[in-house]
Amino acid sequence: MAAMALTQLARGCRPLPRLRILASRRQNGSLWNEYEERGVPSYLDMQATTPVDPRVLDAMLPYYHGKYGNPHSRSHSYGWDAEEATEQAREKVAKLINADPKEIFFTSGATESNNMAVKGVADFYEGSGKKHIVTTQTEHKCVLASCRRLEVDKGWSVTYLPVDKWGLVSLQDLENAIRDDTALVSIMHVNNEIGTMQPLEEMGQICAKRKVLFHTDAAQSVGKVPVDVKKLGVALMSISAHKMYGPKGVGALYVRRKPRVRLRAVIDGGGQERGMRSGTLATPTIVGFGAAAEVCMAEMENDHRHVEMLYKRMHDQITEQLPQITLNGSPSARYPGNVNLSFACVEGESLLMSLAKTTAVSSGSACTSASLEPSYVLRAIGVSEDLAHTSLRFGIGRFTTAGEVDKTVNDVVREVRRLRDMSPLWELELEAMKTGGQKQAVTWS
Amino acid sequence: MSLMLRRGVVVTRSLAPAAVFRRGYHEAVHDHFNNPRNVGSLDKEDKNVGSALVGKASCGDVIKLQVKVGKDGVIQDAKFKTFGCGSAIASSSYATEMIIGQNIDEASKITNSDISSHLKLPPVKIHCSVLAEEAIQAAIEDYKGKQSQSAAE
Repeated sequence: MAAMALTQLARGCRPLPRLRILASRRQNGSLWNEYEERGVPSYLDMQATTPVDPRVLDAMLPYYHGKYGNPHSRSHSYGWDAEEATEQAREKVAKLINADPKEIFFTSGATESNNMAVKGVADFYEGSGKKHIVTTQTEHKCVLASCRRLEVDKGWSVTYLPVDKWGLVSLQDLENAIRDDTALVSIMHVNNEIGTMQPLEEMGQICAKRKVLFHTDAAQSVGKVPVDVKKLGVALMSISAHKMYGPKGVGALYVRRKPRVRLRAVIDGGGQERGMRSGTLATPTIVGFGAAAEVCMAEMENDHRHVEMLYKRMHDQITEQLPQITLNGSPSARYPGNVNLSFACVEGESLLMSLAKTTAVSSGSACTSASLEPSYVLRAIGVSEDLAHTSLRFGIGRFTTAGEVDKTVNDVVREVRRLRDMSPLWELELEAMKTGGQKQAVTWS
Repeated sequence: MSLMLRRGVVVTRSLAPAAVFRRGYHEAVHDHFNNPRNVGSLDKEDKNVGSALVGKASCGDVIKLQVKVGKDGVIQDAKFKTFGCGSAIASSSYATEMIIGQNIDEASKITNSDISSHLKLPPVKIHCSVLAEEAIQAAIEDYKGKQSQSAAE
């Protein structure tokens, strides 16, 4: 009797049948709780940001309620707990990139880390005779803007290296660009728009030989591809948590200790982070960052296999069903989760609008930015004027499912066909194909 | 996991798919974009058809507009094809809707503000309506040119 009552009681608050939910969740988009509203678009914009891994969220929550102390409060257990948590997170992040925990400084994100690296190094070398920085034309805006500010305010000279049609920087160009008064070389690891991966190891060797500091913006690569700071020979590296399934609003700067890299702090205050970056450490987000780093280390191989499989699936299916599709960026030296495709004769924003109900992607086209200029990265890799407005960037990640990819491919193929039917340029293309590839002269009004 | 909700509690999200849309363009633009009127081509050799191809692929906006005009100078049919953003497609679709049934003199008086005010285009997209206006006028010019050419023959 008691046993029956107990089982009935147990049945009443039995946990949800997990297997069924997991199966349906996998089908429709893997992170949604079954109670959350269906019908949101599939998320294929992983370069913009990534969802927070549930394991990371679990790790963060205690530090929002209960263990909410300031890690710099030395006098009570709230502070001691918080400090212990941030130091553990620091160790996890350091382990991910094979660095020492003392070399990791937490910031508010990769933008701040990049600013700290570029402006911090420049400030330190101010007046020492070093007045030159080498960077590339395809860097993230924060690096380009920081260099611009140094040019304008402090009179530094900056060389912006060109890239080839794959988006790769030539090692010879880099050698030639480094001068005697060069203080810093800053080259990003994986480009956020086209996914091209630069040969950092060789560049690190060149910089070491010429005794120049080498900084890399690794926001898009840390946690996704193996990054070993000792192997790459970098002196400074920027990391972003929200690109590796961690929380937004936190990042880190790796600053090498042997041989010593000296920087001037950009943010002054109470002297936290050994004076390098003042400000109360945001314990919950830093703990999340550490947890994300730990999860990434464990899942890296699986993630890479998963993303590569989905990339091949998407790329092959789209190029089989649609003619005149171009992949922007290097086909071999790339991170597979970044698929930037140009759809000839279809304008990017109109394609985005058609897909908006079902898929969240991003475009390199002008119409989506405030100015009418197309993406500077696409322009730097020499994408022709006709194709500059036609590109779309798909981002694949840990939580992207094959079902989402298939659905996206179907939607893209359908919408591109519809928009091509509406496009006068596609009409001209078809006529040209009919007359054996010779484009007829077009009279423009 | 503390986030797992109990059975029976429904979480309603305010971000429904339609809301994502509405944050951008006005309904009229979406209407013309999803159900464009008069997409297609007319026979460009026909003496009564005026064709125009305006814009530049490098600027991301190209409109092809064709009008078929009757003997009485009334536009009987118009067809368009556009390479451009949602506003450009909507502007050219609305333009064809406006000019069908109008006399060519009336039609050439259409300004871009007629189009942009109907579609409630944001300031950054007004140039799309300017291109549509140019397309209308160029098509009418082409028709007039063909007519005077055949009259001369």
